[in-house]
Amino acid sequence: MSMSKLGLMALWTATTFTLAISGNAQDLGQVVSESDLAKWDISIGPDGVGLPAGSGSAAEGETVWLEQCSACHGEKGKGGPAGDLVGGIGTLTRPDHVKTVGSFWPYSTTLYDYVRRAMPYYAPGSLADDEVYAVVAYLLSQNEIISDSAVMDATSLPEVEMPNADGFISYWPSPETEN
Amino acid sequence: MTSTKSLPLGSEERAAGNGLISRRWLLRTGLPAVGALGLSSEMSRAEELRVPDWSSTPGLDLTSYGQPSPFENEVVRPTLPLFPEGIGDGSGVSFTPLEKLAGTITPNGLFFERHHSGIPEIAPEEHRLAIHGLVERPLVFTVEALLRYPMVTRTCFIECAGNSLFNSMDEPQQRTAGEIHGLIGNAEWTGVSLAHLLNEAGVSPSAKWLVAEGGDAAKMSRSIPIEKVIDGDAFIALYQNGERIRPEQGYPMRLVLPGWQGSMNVKWLRRIKVVSAPVHTKDETSKYTLLQKDGKSRQFTYEMGVKSVITSPSPGREPGAQGLYQISGLAWSGAGRVTKVEVSADGGSSWAEALIPDQTPARALTRFQLPWVWQGQSATLMSRATDETGAVQPTREAWYEPYAPNQLFHQNAIQAWAVSSSGGISNVYV
Repeated sequence: MSMSKLGLMALWTATTFTLAISGNAQDLGQVVSESDLAKWDISIGPDGVGLPAGSGSAAEGETVWLEQCSACHGEKGKGGPAGDLVGGIGTLTRPDHVKTVGSFWPYSTTLYDYVRRAMPYYAPGSLADDEVYAVVAYLLSQNEIISDSAVMDATSLPEVEMPNADGFISYWPSPETEN
Repeated sequence: MTSTKSLPLGSEERAAGNGLISRRWLLRTGLPAVGALGLSSEMSRAEELRVPDWSSTPGLDLTSYGQPSPFENEVVRPTLPLFPEGIGDGSGVSFTPLEKLAGTITPNGLFFERHHSGIPEIAPEEHRLAIHGLVERPLVFTVEALLRYPMVTRTCFIECAGNSLFNSMDEPQQRTAGEIHGLIGNAEWTGVSLAHLLNEAGVSPSAKWLVAEGGDAAKMSRSIPIEKVIDGDAFIALYQNGERIRPEQGYPMRLVLPGWQGSMNVKWLRRIKVVSAPVHTKDETSKYTLLQKDGKSRQFTYEMGVKSVITSPSPGREPGAQGLYQISGLAWSGAGRVTKVEVSADGGSSWAEALIPDQTPARALTRFQLPWVWQGQSATLMSRATDETGAVQPTREAWYEPYAPNQLFHQNAIQAWAVSSSGGISNVYV
């Protein structure tokens, strides 16, 4: 290849490169609306942001529980092959402590988030939002954290105070001082 | 024929008690002559060399994807489902068989697994990565688009926070090095800087955390401090050891947070939500938190501690004939580079520094080795790593001190292997 051809080629490459940069060639993401993300945006924080409309009670939850949950998690949330979700409150300082939703989980909102995203194990996402509220209410009620008649919804659920809410020490960015 | 060499064994060669030889031997000309170690050696005579069949006829045809030798078919991942059959199928772990591997890179087919709801079969053309929340422009990326970005390549380990869980049990479990410590793998990952993609979306000044979420049926999700991403080293890996990430490692893409607990390196990554505070998902509250004796639990303990394990000798890698062996193992730290590995053959009474590379990699596996003379004596082999922050791998007793019984996360205690006079090896607590 002659020198002049090489020079032309270099010029062509440089020009193309400049054009590509000015055209934001690296911006390859497609803009999407939050409403188009709704089916995926299932994260719920302790403040309750992200909780859907709807409601459910422990009584309604018992029906769902027996149909969808008890085979793995036990008839009343205890004794199933997948581990206990009920009981153990006040045992965390004991060598034979029992970690359950009631005794260990710091936020009630996590329960809604997790049941909705991942349960029942073989059909996650199959429960209606009301059914998730009902199952959450059932587990909180079995743990005697709320009454049998309490209705859980986007307002009441984040207000539920879990027994172990103060049981965690953040190690990010450095260990919190224990009180 | 018996040949007893009579080179004197100077005290400089003995690095520590019970047969440990100085790493200086490895830095010189390689192996010390057996005689120089004061051992007599019987030189055995080899048989006459024959021409085997494979040297006499053409071999097999070309292969489109190579497989290990059929003679290596026992080099596999031991699997451990976490629930009885029919309950949570696909949820469990498989272990990297550390004692059967050499070097530092974990082959892709042997890299440990931890799934919370099985391995999704994701068609890449249908997969999407969404970045949204506290951003100027919520964005969706196709795999095809991500493959057009500038790529970063780095080698780092990923270690499950539950690695070495069996050594949290009251009695030492008789398992192999891989079956105890093999919830770790080390690979060269290639992918796209997450900071780059966040910049494209335009991160709000109020952004402090990200929520990363997988596209598996568990939709595994974790909160991640934004510092690990902006001015950090987080990236989205599309390739592992040069080939596209395999399904069990997150195909078509996974998050990689070098040095941080494995479950945060979200596989099958489908969504990054930029938020102002952690959302306290199930796997950062009920799991992957460390219960102390006082009933409080440590949360957001991200970095994996400095750690090492001797992979040979170890259960399944027992010494045979008496004589010279190389003690070999792996060391790593989530905080950076390993700066020192010490080895003991007498249960921690004396220690010798093992040979490691001059420049060990940060947050990646380092191979260490040290010569050892085994003359049928019983021994307790241990290794102890130190990292660039000065952190030293603790004894099991010291590691366990703050924790409640059965607390198993972030177990980085010193492993001890007891070698009996017959050469058998067992897991012991010292």
